[in-house]
Amino acid sequence: MSLSEDDVRRVARLSRLAVSADELPRLQQDLSRILDLAAELKAIDTQGVAPMAHPGADAVALRPDVVTESNRRDAYQAVAPQVEDGLYLVPKVIE
Amino acid sequence: MSQWEIVIGLETHAQLSTHSKIFSGASTAFGAEPNTQACAVDLGLPGVLPVPNQGAVERAIRFGLAVGAQIAPMSVFARKNYFYPDLPKGYQISQFELPVVQGGSMTIHTAAGEKTVRLTRAHLEEDAGKSLHEDFHGSSGIDLNRAGTPLLEIVTEPDMRSADEAVAYARALHGLVRWIEICDGNMQEGSFRCDVNVSVRPFGQREYGTRCEIKNLNSFRFIERAIDCEVKRQIALIEDGGAVRQETRLYDPDRDETRSMRSKEDAQDYRYFPDPDLPPLRIDEAWVREVAAGLPELPAARRVRYQRDLGLGAYDAGLLTASREAGDYFEALQRAAPGVDAKVCANWVNGELAAALNRAELDFTASRVTADRLAGLLRRLADGTVSGKIAKEIFELMWTEGGDADAIIDARGLRQISDSGALEAVLREIVERSPAQVAEYRGGKEKVFGFFVGQAMKATQGKANPAQLNELLRKLLAG
Repeated sequence: MSLSEDDVRRVARLSRLAVSADELPRLQQDLSRILDLAAELKAIDTQGVAPMAHPGADAVALRPDVVTESNRRDAYQAVAPQVEDGLYLVPKVIE
Repeated sequence: MSQWEIVIGLETHAQLSTHSKIFSGASTAFGAEPNTQACAVDLGLPGVLPVPNQGAVERAIRFGLAVGAQIAPMSVFARKNYFYPDLPKGYQISQFELPVVQGGSMTIHTAAGEKTVRLTRAHLEEDAGKSLHEDFHGSSGIDLNRAGTPLLEIVTEPDMRSADEAVAYARALHGLVRWIEICDGNMQEGSFRCDVNVSVRPFGQREYGTRCEIKNLNSFRFIERAIDCEVKRQIALIEDGGAVRQETRLYDPDRDETRSMRSKEDAQDYRYFPDPDLPPLRIDEAWVREVAAGLPELPAARRVRYQRDLGLGAYDAGLLTASREAGDYFEALQRAAPGVDAKVCANWVNGELAAALNRAELDFTASRVTADRLAGLLRRLADGTVSGKIAKEIFELMWTEGGDADAIIDARGLRQISDSGALEAVLREIVERSPAQVAEYRGGKEKVFGFFVGQAMKATQGKANPAQLNELLRKLLAG
């Protein structure tokens, strides 16, 4: 399984990673090898085996519908780069 | 227009009416100061883990049971990955391959009749925060109070064929989620919002046309208008030799048009995968049975009961089951006025009362005339104490000034004149002072009869018993 440079660029864009042109060949190779490994796993016959997404607990624990958190905005915003009027400020985003 | 068939499917986000968020113990109360209800889990701080809210799951089960769906014994939370500042984790926890509610259906009623809309699924997910783009000199402000609010996304099959049907479905769904008390249905606050998938195809074609999704419609009127203008746009595009592009569009109510938000290629690769932080959600039969036992009578069942057992028409039964409060009021009225015909009760609830509630923008639970008081009035109407016309006046007085019907009737002397001697005296006087009209009537001009009825009603201030009045008047005029 081999990925094209375009595939790598697209994955990088989806992941919001800036990848330079020199890095592309190396990433292309590494990612292709990872896919090869996945292809080996994929070749195993799993007919009749239930998919297992979670190797740990069999069922998620639920919590009762009760408000347990109090307002700790000041503490959380103390580590934010920029806040105003209680809002977190981020570089302007417009759809 | 007529050669094109419209195909519509809806995805609705209903905010679940829990006290706390779907994966954290922060409050979901609306209208708090920015970020005062956004805890470490909602902010996506490192090292935190989500723990699902039992109340949110229970509401999903209630919904599934109410629409006759399968409640999945095992469902899986998945991560939907995208980047936006109001989504702190960089993914939304949702459900993908195995949603909690699978299948089911809703019955809708339009002028064209009854129709079943199939549901594909309903899944649990968390809401994102809010971005404010104004007033921050080149920055956007982020409020994460809404982040992590529980949503049930309810998805239909592409079963609707007109804006009318889409609106009827949205209304029925809105009524149902409020009925079973899983969502407050407040559309202004965004508790119930619809995405509409629209496509067109020539009648007779089997394959669906390319669809566009119109996002975030938060009123029934906008749903209708957005569909109408999107359909026109697609038909014009195709008839001009173009092709519809699959994309997400926004409806602009000021310009009454939809416009492109993003194309499908742009942003739809969400790279779903099962959330490793959340083992499967398991719902055993005992829990489903327990939830089922707590469900109220559902609107469809109530509607059938009103039509079959009480003999109400489809129109009245539909109005009385549009909300649980309407039906509850109607039933309270019936209990308090056992001798009064169900159809009369329905007429009053759907007529005078509904109109007054509408004008005052109140719902049935806040009615200024209680079911007991209205029953008092309908008893006096039924036993002939007052006429229908006077009853409406009394209702207005009860609405504006309060008090019960008997007190108003006594205080204002509104008792219907059913004493034939008294009524006859009044009529005799009218006949005597109107010789010209009497002559016309006797000469065969039947219409003049109305003149005498009007005079009599005026003289008695509307209190004459209409049936008795007609009978006596005919006798007198016959000479």
